[in-house]
Amino acid sequence: MINFFKSFSTWIIIAVIAAILPLIFDSSFSLTLLSKMGVLIIFTVAYNMLLGQGGMLSFGHAIYFGLAGYASIHILNGIGEETLPYFPTVLFPFIGAIVGLFFGSLVGYVSTRRAGTAFAMISLGFCEMVTAMTLIFVIFFNGEDGIQTDRMVGPEPFGITFGPQIEIYYLILFWCLVAVALMYIITKTPFGRMSNAVRDNPERAAFIGYSVRRVRWQAFALSSMFAGAAGSLHALNYEHIGFESVSVVQSGAVLFMAFIGGAGHFLGPIVGAIGLTYLDSTLADVTEAWLLYLGLTFSGIVMFAPGGLAGLIVMHGPIARTDKKLLISLIKPYCLAISSVITGLIGLIGIIEMLYFRSLISKGEGEVVIFWTEFNANGIMSWLIFIALILVGIFLSKKTFPLAKESWDHAISVVKTEISNE
Amino acid sequence: MDVILFTLFNGLLYGMLLFMLSSGLTLIFGMMGVLNFAHASFFMLGAYFAYQISKYIGFIPALFIAPLIIAFCGAMVEKYALRRVHKFGHVAELLFTFGLFYIIEELVQMIWGKVPVGYHVPEYMDFTLFSMSGMGYQAYAMFTLVVSIAMFIVLFSVLTKTRAGLIIQAALTHPEIVSSLGHNVPKVFMLVFGLGCALAGLAGVLAGNTLGTEPSMALSLGPIVFVVIVVGGLGSLKGALVASILIGIVQTTAISLDYSINNFIELIGFSVDIESLWRILIDLTISQIAPILPYLLLVLMLIFRPRGLFGNRDV
Repeated sequence: MINFFKSFSTWIIIAVIAAILPLIFDSSFSLTLLSKMGVLIIFTVAYNMLLGQGGMLSFGHAIYFGLAGYASIHILNGIGEETLPYFPTVLFPFIGAIVGLFFGSLVGYVSTRRAGTAFAMISLGFCEMVTAMTLIFVIFFNGEDGIQTDRMVGPEPFGITFGPQIEIYYLILFWCLVAVALMYIITKTPFGRMSNAVRDNPERAAFIGYSVRRVRWQAFALSSMFAGAAGSLHALNYEHIGFESVSVVQSGAVLFMAFIGGAGHFLGPIVGAIGLTYLDSTLADVTEAWLLYLGLTFSGIVMFAPGGLAGLIVMHGPIARTDKKLLISLIKPYCLAISSVITGLIGLIGIIEMLYFRSLISKGEGEVVIFWTEFNANGIMSWLIFIALILVGIFLSKKTFPLAKESWDHAISVVKTEISNE
Repeated sequence: MDVILFTLFNGLLYGMLLFMLSSGLTLIFGMMGVLNFAHASFFMLGAYFAYQISKYIGFIPALFIAPLIIAFCGAMVEKYALRRVHKFGHVAELLFTFGLFYIIEELVQMIWGKVPVGYHVPEYMDFTLFSMSGMGYQAYAMFTLVVSIAMFIVLFSVLTKTRAGLIIQAALTHPEIVSSLGHNVPKVFMLVFGLGCALAGLAGVLAGNTLGTEPSMALSLGPIVFVVIVVGGLGSLKGALVASILIGIVQTTAISLDYSINNFIELIGFSVDIESLWRILIDLTISQIAPILPYLLLVLMLIFRPRGLFGNRDV
């Protein structure tokens, strides 16, 4: 019971902080950013029901997100032209959820026989099919232009028109909290546990009498339902939907968020959605190579930290619970390791930026600004500096990483002996 | 008649190209369980390398050098990255290659720019070989067809007739036993991965100048290659061949067919006068829906025969 109140109060605190945020950062840029984050948090957590909880890697989850968006836009337009009866804007995520659930059940039925790589391949096939359809069935999807809408339709209860961005933000925030709480509860139900069991060991799950395919199908449909709700909010937020929202690019983006944040932990995707949305909005203006950095980060996470950022943090949970001093003793080796990596990264970023600069911008000029400093991309000196930084970074990493790992191993072994002594 | 022959010819050409891509992918998948998302990226790299090499020393050397470089790149990817990820399972390997796909696409943009590069058919093969009823068949297309068929014969005989091929086939199904016989199975895997990538690279060299060499070419062909290996049956080389040619012919035929459902309805003597949405649906011609046909085939296959044409296990 105490645990329940503890976690409940955490939720309340997060909700209050999220509600105050737009009052502090009240520029239109940050409001748009916060709204986008809210939508993508729902989408990413929904996606993680599949990837993290159910063990199904999908390259096509944007289908349900995008189709729900298209449906919502058509209904909004219908209400605007008074060909459809009025439906309260507040409840639009329900429309998206129904659309997502419908298509999710349909596609899930044929594709969830096996998980793993075969499932991933099929999901990509479906995604490509729907993307191709958006360009063919122009009457519904309107091709590459997408569809516009106006979200201010019908009566205005309590004077809320959902015209101003701030009202949409609170709508998104409300549904974000509801959806995330629901998805959290689902992970705690017997169904959620069964979904984990099917992920970890399908044979055993089948032996105790569960239909593995059925469990996967249900997880797929539920996940699509929440993705659909997110798609509806996305449509309301932008008042526009285009073919890219059903495409493999959108599916890849949500995969990046969920996995870099940490697919193994419930909070991971939320961290990933917030972090990557922020970086996407800010870094994309600063550097041309943003997608390259994203790809490199993702591959690095897959290779060295498959638990994602959340996994790295959770790794230290038992150490923090046993003895705070142990955790503090880890700070020094970690700082050394991180700073040596950063040295190498600065060099790598410098090289990449200069290469991009040389290939995209006219050859005549040579001044490129990297880290608020001007470098001459044509001069040998700036290349030598960055290459030297990379080499120093690699050299230092080789020294400091074993040290960091050693101290972690030491800390965890202390924890183990403490536990076995109890 | 001539038109049919012509379409079949083009379909076969496209099919053989798909096979060159999918054979490597299905070999790697059957052998190691690794689904290489970046496979089509190696195809793209093949085209770009060929462009760069043919700019300096000509097309024919590029035909040999580019696949070799790609094979080396692929082997390095396997040795230094995939092998490390292997312990986290096949999904992690797929995720890694997904990241690699992004990296290669961005690197290509970084080096060669975002617009298509001028990789052209060599001049001495840019003439009409023969023509039937007004349509000419380019000599280069014939050259591509001959090279891809030759490649197929070589690949098939290496896999079935030589000692190395037998070891590869054995490692496909019984890696432990092959390894206890004293063969270095990880090395075999690395070589097969390199070989698969080289095949994709060769396809890139051959097709880059007709399909266009641009950074988005990997994304436009990659998903179709996945469809081919699911339809053919996972890990089956024979299935990949049949499915490639099937999809090649279906797609090239569909583009030239200007019939819609409405035409058929009128043909049997009915006329439909419905308005609105359905009207547009039945007026769609086959050539308009050509891009989704491979995926439609995938869905139908999943519903009616989940193991694919020649596969031995359900997808």
